[in-house]
Amino acid sequence: MKFTLSWLKDHLDTEATVDEIAEALTDLGLEVEEIINPLDKLKNFTLAKVVKAEQHPDADRLRVCMVDTDEGEKQIVCGAPNAREGITVVLCKPGDYVPGIDVTLSVGKIRGVESHGMMASERELELSDEHNGIIELPSGEVGQSFADWLAVHEPAKVDPVIDIAITPNRPDALGVRGVARDLAARGLGTLKPAQNVEVEGQFPCPIGVSIAEDTTDGCKVFAGRLIRGVTNGPSPQWLQDRLKAIGLRPISKLVDVTNFFTYDQNRPLHVFDAGKVKGDLLIRRAKEGETLVALDEKEYTLGDGQIVIADNEGVESIAGIMGGLSTGCTEETTDVFLEAAVWDHIQIAYTGRALKINSDARYRNERGIDPGFNMQGLEQATAMIMELCGGEPSSVVVAGAVPDMSRAYKLDPARVISLVGMEIPESEQRQTLTKLGFKLEGSMAHVPSWRPDVMGEADLVEEVARVASLTKLEPQPMRRVQAGVPKPILSLHQKREQLARRTAAALGYNECVTYSFIDRESAALFGGGTEATMLENPISSEMSHMRPDLLPGLLQAAARNQSRGFNDLALFECGPAFQGGEPEEQHMQVTGILVGRTGPKDVHGGSRPVDLFDAKADAEAVLAAVGAPEKVQILRDGPAWWHPGRHGKICLGPKKVLGIFGEIHPKILKAMDVKGPVVAFTVWPDEVPAPRKKTTTRPALDVSDLQAVERDFAFIVDAGVEALTLVNAAAGADKQLIENVRVFDEFIGGSLGEGKKSLAITVRMQPQGETLKEKDIEAVAAKIVEKVTKATGGVLRG
Amino acid sequence: MDDLRDKYIRLVAEAGDESALEDLRVQAVGKKGEISLKMRELGKMSPEERQVMGPKLNALKDEINSALSAKKEALEDVALDERLRAEWLDVTMPARDRRVGTIHPVSQVTEEVTAIFADMGFAVAEGPQVESDWHNFDALNIPGHHPARAEMDTFYMHRAEGDNRPPHVLRTHTSPVQIRSMEQQGAPIRIICPGRVYRADYDQTHTPMFHQVEGLALDKDISMANLKWVLEEFFAAFFEVDGIKTRFRASHFPFTEPSAEVDIQCSWEDGQLKIGEGDGWLEVLGSGMVHPKVLQAGGIDPYEYQGFAFGMGIDRIAMLKYGIPDLRAFFDSDLRWLRHYGFASLDVPTLHGGLSR
Repeated sequence: MKFTLSWLKDHLDTEATVDEIAEALTDLGLEVEEIINPLDKLKNFTLAKVVKAEQHPDADRLRVCMVDTDEGEKQIVCGAPNAREGITVVLCKPGDYVPGIDVTLSVGKIRGVESHGMMASERELELSDEHNGIIELPSGEVGQSFADWLAVHEPAKVDPVIDIAITPNRPDALGVRGVARDLAARGLGTLKPAQNVEVEGQFPCPIGVSIAEDTTDGCKVFAGRLIRGVTNGPSPQWLQDRLKAIGLRPISKLVDVTNFFTYDQNRPLHVFDAGKVKGDLLIRRAKEGETLVALDEKEYTLGDGQIVIADNEGVESIAGIMGGLSTGCTEETTDVFLEAAVWDHIQIAYTGRALKINSDARYRNERGIDPGFNMQGLEQATAMIMELCGGEPSSVVVAGAVPDMSRAYKLDPARVISLVGMEIPESEQRQTLTKLGFKLEGSMAHVPSWRPDVMGEADLVEEVARVASLTKLEPQPMRRVQAGVPKPILSLHQKREQLARRTAAALGYNECVTYSFIDRESAALFGGGTEATMLENPISSEMSHMRPDLLPGLLQAAARNQSRGFNDLALFECGPAFQGGEPEEQHMQVTGILVGRTGPKDVHGGSRPVDLFDAKADAEAVLAAVGAPEKVQILRDGPAWWHPGRHGKICLGPKKVLGIFGEIHPKILKAMDVKGPVVAFTVWPDEVPAPRKKTTTRPALDVSDLQAVERDFAFIVDAGVEALTLVNAAAGADKQLIENVRVFDEFIGGSLGEGKKSLAITVRMQPQGETLKEKDIEAVAAKIVEKVTKATGGVLRG
Repeated sequence: MDDLRDKYIRLVAEAGDESALEDLRVQAVGKKGEISLKMRELGKMSPEERQVMGPKLNALKDEINSALSAKKEALEDVALDERLRAEWLDVTMPARDRRVGTIHPVSQVTEEVTAIFADMGFAVAEGPQVESDWHNFDALNIPGHHPARAEMDTFYMHRAEGDNRPPHVLRTHTSPVQIRSMEQQGAPIRIICPGRVYRADYDQTHTPMFHQVEGLALDKDISMANLKWVLEEFFAAFFEVDGIKTRFRASHFPFTEPSAEVDIQCSWEDGQLKIGEGDGWLEVLGSGMVHPKVLQAGGIDPYEYQGFAFGMGIDRIAMLKYGIPDLRAFFDSDLRWLRHYGFASLDVPTLHGGLSR
């Protein structure tokens, strides 16, 4: 919303400077976005007088002038045709910045003659496009400030323009008068009294108006009148200046009047060329497919139920949004029908959005105009049209009735103080509301008709607070929840997330944050891409579905890094995955991928391709960090995106999956354009059972002084036998004595023959009561062999 | 006897290696060595002679033995020196490679924010990212026709045919977590809600996903002046600038009343932004006193409880604090970016250890 200082002063009696006004506006919630003050760039320039002008000795078009200035007589070379003796000019001195040519002047020599400054044209000072010669002033003294001279003689040229951002709750501030009212409430001047105009109709209005029965909820009141015998044409200079200053193009007197009221008092109006209206006007709902060429010369196809103004020939205007071209006013218009109406703002918003029309009228009508000003707006606009264009007014025709929006809320001064935390005396609170137009009756505040946003007591608090100034609000310490040391606040889930994240980073993974939505194809590779997880309005096809898993996003990140020449990667993410499209269908994953080699080639020969046991170790480390039990099952048959024979689920029972690790299926890598090998793990920290114990005390450390004994065994088993089966069997031979069983070698093929392998284990036995004798050890060894043979069908390797 | 001594001392000194030394030992003090044989002769001597010769021979034996062991040690030292000389390595060779992981700035800054608010008694609340439109809008006093709905560039979830519920949305702000927390916990309450939010906007300075942190404090007497204090304390701690100035400007949000936009003090010098100095202002968050309708939507009596809420961008304050120029790069996972702007795994921000690196 733009307006000029002089326009503001039409409504506000004030001595405040532009800066003071701007500061107050921002503080009041009418945030100043820009101030264009033409005086700022003119403040250095002074008036001077040419006392002598002679031909330049070496240039036909240049004159050497002697100029009387506040610093004495100066020699200035000038190329303007009107540079001559006796004229009063605007002087720019060496050191001054000249905005129109973007140059800071210095003393120069032009064709061998020294020049101490310049005499400016209007264009060089950005006052207009005039550049046929230098400025000649009809009055003014040598040394006088040019800015001061302009402020007195041509104020419109130096009228500061203020641009403010208006929040959706403040339609009243979309009119200059509303802005003035806020400033007056703040104490930056006095609001001038509202006009009260009544123009008597000279004859009955020949155009009738009515609202269709099914449209009365969409159009509250529609008022209008004919003014006949008007003379249209260009507006007077003051009106053109105002409209131009705020970025509007003056069109004609009749149209400019409507634009003036739109900005002056947030009162959009419409003018029909009455000579082109056929019959009466009916406000009704459009039928699907009706069309209208609007004033922007575009054809709109209307939807069922949108509200239009129609005459006998059809639709002539999209109600409250934009008029039709065929009944628009032109230079030839002599009879004009002036409209002022109140529309349902929700209807306007829906229609405007559907037709994609962004007009000043829509903008204001959908935020809410002042219904109380409807009839007075019509009267004032009538008077202005008659003043500018002459003509004779009819009586006013009205359909519907101005809606009664009156309501009142209780002002509780103590509650205002409690909510804001500022001691604002009751008298000040009442005064603020009064200045904003509220009528106070006892403790009840009646809301003015221009404030549709005020819908409760809380809104009164806001009015009082913002006028009192939140900038001045003194911070007050907030009481601690409890005295002393704060209690921990993280939940188990949050602590686990943090531990998992920092563990993964400690294991050498770089944390990524990838988008929660991915393309359908990638989502489908990981069990997603369903309709339920689809976005209705994705920003691109790359971001169309909620991710079912963190792997696709990480694999895409890996592909991007590979294309940049980084082939060995360790990436992880800790975040949400979405198994469905309902709010509760979201869960946290910690997923890491290892790509390429364990590290760059090096002199130590330590670099090798990553394998699933790297991923397994990392999955186990992350699980350990979040408190998962040590004893778990490793099960197969995970989802199809894993290598079928090279992955394992880390489980507590078949249905309790804590994590998964393995190689990614080569088809997936191919589809996602990632060069392998890629191994990965995912951990679901929330699946890990919560710790049962509440005490911080650890169990006592139970260690034996007796020496532990280790024995190695090798078994020949079928190639399909899993190591864990063998280890568990061996450990079961004597649960008291056997502390630990570890696989330390695997050998396949050779003399063992097809389908066989040898697994070697170390069994560590920790005696409790007395030292182990050789025969005890042998007894346990025999039992181990027996148990393993039974469990695996294997034999001890000879 | 002196001859014997001189001979062996000389021979020991001349011995070139350990085996030569061993030969000498046998020859001199071995069972049948020259000195041992002489000692055997002691028995045949008269007591007077023995009294003279006995100590002399013992002394001689000790001296030879000492010489032998001293020489042995010397020879070992020489051998070790030789071996060590041969074991020279080029220590300028690179060390064994070890991967170094990093923490993403969003995670780090979220922990920083959490540490500060935890000290002021705020817990961390979370909520779903696919959200009902009631929680995301209606409960926050944003009805269907409200311009804010259109302005927020909302992502909608697809609705299956025949499912006539209003479509779910990707939450456009973390504010719906306020509602869920009020529903679950009631008042009094102090929470922050960090997390992902979504808006259909993608250009130089916008990404369709970013991070916000919401704050909510409700009690019987919490005021806007408390809000101002909490935020000033937060900014001073987060940006590590004592007495950082904030500016509260009246504004409007459907879910708070009164509402304020908050700017922090900053300066621009040579294109470099500095927080906490100068006389410029940078808008960093929106805030206000929770609207009575929002309290009611969360099941809280607005005549009994009151308080404030605020919301700010985590990515944004991360960019400001750590001088990260481009928001889009946050979500690109470029290894070079992750390494440059990331944080060490053990670099956990704490109030006692400091919040920045």
